[in-house]
Amino acid sequence: MSHLLEVNDLEVKFGLRQGDLTAINGISFNLDKGERMGLVGESGAGKSVTGFAIINLISKPGFISGGRVIFNGQDLAALSEEAMREIRGNHISMIFQDPMMTLNPVLTIGTQMVETLQAHRRITRPEAEAIALEKLKKVQIPSPEKRLAQYPHEFSGGMRQRIVIAIALITDPEIIIADEPTTALDVTIQAEIMDLLQQLCESEDTGLILITHDLGVVSQVTEKIAVMYAGKIVESGLTDRVVNNPKHPYTQGLIKALPGSLQPGARLNQIPGMMPTLTDIPPGCAFNPRCPLCETICRNQEPPFIPVDHLTRMVACHMVKPDPSMGTR
Amino acid sequence: MFAFVVRRITQALFVMLIISLVGFSIKNKIGDPIRDLVGERVTPAERELLRDKLGLNDPFVTQYLRFAKNAVQGDLGVSFFHKKPALAVIAAKAPATLELVFGAALIIIFISLPIGVFSAIYPRSAFSRFTMAFSTLGVSVPVFLTAIVLIYIFSVELNWLPSYGRGETVSLGGWDSGLFTVDGIMHLILPCFSLASIMLPLFIRLIRSEMMEVLETEYIKFAWAKGLHRKRIWFIHAFKNTLLPVITVFGVQIGIMFAFTILTETVFQWQGMGFMFLEAVERSDISLLVAYLMVVGAVFVVVNTVVDIIYGLVNPTIRIAGRK
Amino acid sequence: MKRTWRRFKASYLLFSFKQDKTAIFSLAVLLVLLVTGLLAPVFSPYDPYDPANIDIMNSELPPSWTENGEAAFLLGTDIQGRDLLSTMIYGLRLSILIGCGAVILQGCLGVVVGLLAGYLGGKIDAVLMRIADIQLSFPYLMVAIFISAIFQLAFGIGRYEDLAVPLLIVIIGLAEWPVYARTVRAAVMGEKNKEYVEAARVIGLNRWRIMFRHVLPNTMTSVLVISTIQVANAVMSEAALSFLGLGMPVTKPSLGSLIRSGFEYIFSGSWWITLFPGIFLVLLVLVINLLGDWLRDVLNPKLYKG
Repeated sequence: MSHLLEVNDLEVKFGLRQGDLTAINGISFNLDKGERMGLVGESGAGKSVTGFAIINLISKPGFISGGRVIFNGQDLAALSEEAMREIRGNHISMIFQDPMMTLNPVLTIGTQMVETLQAHRRITRPEAEAIALEKLKKVQIPSPEKRLAQYPHEFSGGMRQRIVIAIALITDPEIIIADEPTTALDVTIQAEIMDLLQQLCESEDTGLILITHDLGVVSQVTEKIAVMYAGKIVESGLTDRVVNNPKHPYTQGLIKALPGSLQPGARLNQIPGMMPTLTDIPPGCAFNPRCPLCETICRNQEPPFIPVDHLTRMVACHMVKPDPSMGTR
Repeated sequence: MFAFVVRRITQALFVMLIISLVGFSIKNKIGDPIRDLVGERVTPAERELLRDKLGLNDPFVTQYLRFAKNAVQGDLGVSFFHKKPALAVIAAKAPATLELVFGAALIIIFISLPIGVFSAIYPRSAFSRFTMAFSTLGVSVPVFLTAIVLIYIFSVELNWLPSYGRGETVSLGGWDSGLFTVDGIMHLILPCFSLASIMLPLFIRLIRSEMMEVLETEYIKFAWAKGLHRKRIWFIHAFKNTLLPVITVFGVQIGIMFAFTILTETVFQWQGMGFMFLEAVERSDISLLVAYLMVVGAVFVVVNTVVDIIYGLVNPTIRIAGRK
Repeated sequence: MKRTWRRFKASYLLFSFKQDKTAIFSLAVLLVLLVTGLLAPVFSPYDPYDPANIDIMNSELPPSWTENGEAAFLLGTDIQGRDLLSTMIYGLRLSILIGCGAVILQGCLGVVVGLLAGYLGGKIDAVLMRIADIQLSFPYLMVAIFISAIFQLAFGIGRYEDLAVPLLIVIIGLAEWPVYARTVRAAVMGEKNKEYVEAARVIGLNRWRIMFRHVLPNTMTSVLVISTIQVANAVMSEAALSFLGLGMPVTKPSLGSLIRSGFEYIFSGSWWITLFPGIFLVLLVLVINLLGDWLRDVLNPKLYKG
């Protein structure tokens, strides 16, 4: 079966004077039409870089050094700049973290919406404006007719993120990559925006890759999940399975650290230590210095990323044994 | 807001007061108004009589107040050499200087914008590296040397362009303009390029660094993610945001260019205010020198004040910063 | 002394200097120019101030490698028949002398004003900075031209030319001190609320001691960075004034006055009188600017915004 998006063994490096630095170290996952997936991890794990790598828009000196990103049967990493431009914003859209910085301060909302359509379709300005209006209504911007002629600074942060979502949706893309879309917003607005995004993806049957560090949000919105640590996926599977029964010690640590799982008054369970920076990733399993289960093999040998049950669950950990019913292949 | 404007104008008046005091002191201590009036062949007794009659033996403050009153009414004294009101002499020379600055400004805009933008978009290209190296060199070459080299190449060796004077001018209601005759334009080319040469490196660098900064912003990244054509991203999204800070610096630098007109005009025998000023120094024409000081001082004060007020209107944070 | 040297050898400044070819090259050229200029009598073939060496018959000789050149005058002669190379080396010495002198003067003036304004604050700050702001609203070259014009009229041309070196130092120093005052003030404002100043105050040191012994050394990074650029500016200003006839007289020419005197003869084809001093001047200013750029890049994290 072929998927809408297939990421195979993707590798991203940053070319520095001292030599190349590996930011993404061979990750694989896939996404089907209308499927919603969460990409979770601490900051620096490589989530955002993965998102940008999919649309081949990593800022310099980063570059894709290996692997493939297959979308609708074509390898995006190998496309020409112009062919890739046709995909960006048209078939795969992106939503950024901080809506205060995402919109160009000197152009009107209308222009910034219309230009996206005009970059991908032969369309007149009035026609494009009609579509823009329709999308603004969908993201529940009040009196959208007036809003088209306004500049970004005339909107609040929550409003701006709605506009960004409207821009992302304006070409009816197959996939939206949302990079921490609510982190920069007020807590009260976060839920609203997340609900809106989920509901729009559902009604339009749009695929969603939600990049976040918030496991709570992921468990509400997505169907499947991939947990990243130091440039690798350490555990993936169906969201409710992973959240309710984490296998990898890192995922377990993340779940335990959630405040919701605690008695009132108890101390939060933090994972001890910090994620290693890209320059000093320890040998063996990158998580070993922080891992409660660490043994000798973890310090010497990189754990393989293997299936552990019949329900698409995959884990990269020496200490997690596959389901006995899987047999030994 | 009103308080801000009032405070700024008060400041401006205070600065003008200081300039006029300096100007008057020069006139009072160094100048010799009797010579200005009647020349040198007058007996000491007649001189003393004239001094009394002209009020030159009055106390300093009385004389200053008289000077200031006249200055406010536009009377800055009479030029000893030209035998005309100093202000009229300056006014007659002003168009030449203004056209020089105008031409140089045009050259700066049309050269620095494309080069700055290009080297921001392709910072690693050979052309960009060359421009950057060249602009470091450019900062270190004095304007008069540029002018001399240009004259040597284009006037002496190639004989393409005239090397001094304004050429044929057309009078437009008292404004002698060299912009409307071929000869006038030909005469403008070398001086304008020389004058522009001091600001070009600075502006190329400024535009480049501003544009590079803008190209790193989130909204430009978002524009790429929207799949826009790169020309649109560069010339609409990035360029518009680059322009704002550049324009403000441009306003300030135009003022600085006026100082360099003195050098440029000297090299090209350009009959403008700067050339006139140096002539006044050579001829010890104190009234004209002081008048020039007052006029240039006033121009700077007015321009600075207006720029500040416009700034304050546009950007409220400046008003707060100015208050502390 | 030995310890200071060892610390310098281990410093980041030296490390990044060794990495930067442009900086090494600039410093080398600058040192050559400085030594040549300061030891002018040793290096120049003739003494251009000695009338015995001047023969009007030798005037406007082209460089020695050209058709009419004479081997005795490597770069040719100027209009008075002086050896151009010697005159240039003596001119270089004057340019360096006046440039450095002016920067020392404006540095002392600006540092004291900036320190007082920044540390004491209040009325003193307001008055001093207002003066600096007023002067800064005019281009410093304009100010320098005005001051020198007034000086020339006040002293009379003869006396002005006799006193040209000290007068030019004063003129350029007066024209550019506000830059220092601004920078030092900003640096002092950044330092004065730090713990070590607080501590010095608590032990009961008097304010002058705190200002000059504790705060001042910590502003030296910024002073150092602007000083290099200011030397380049001062050399340029001196050249500009001399070119306008408001600086060094033709009898004791600096690089600027040499260019001025050569300019009049450029139409008759005597390009060398202008070109060689011009190249000298540009080279001097360029290497100082390059060093200044490098220094600013290296020390930038410690600079305060003015």
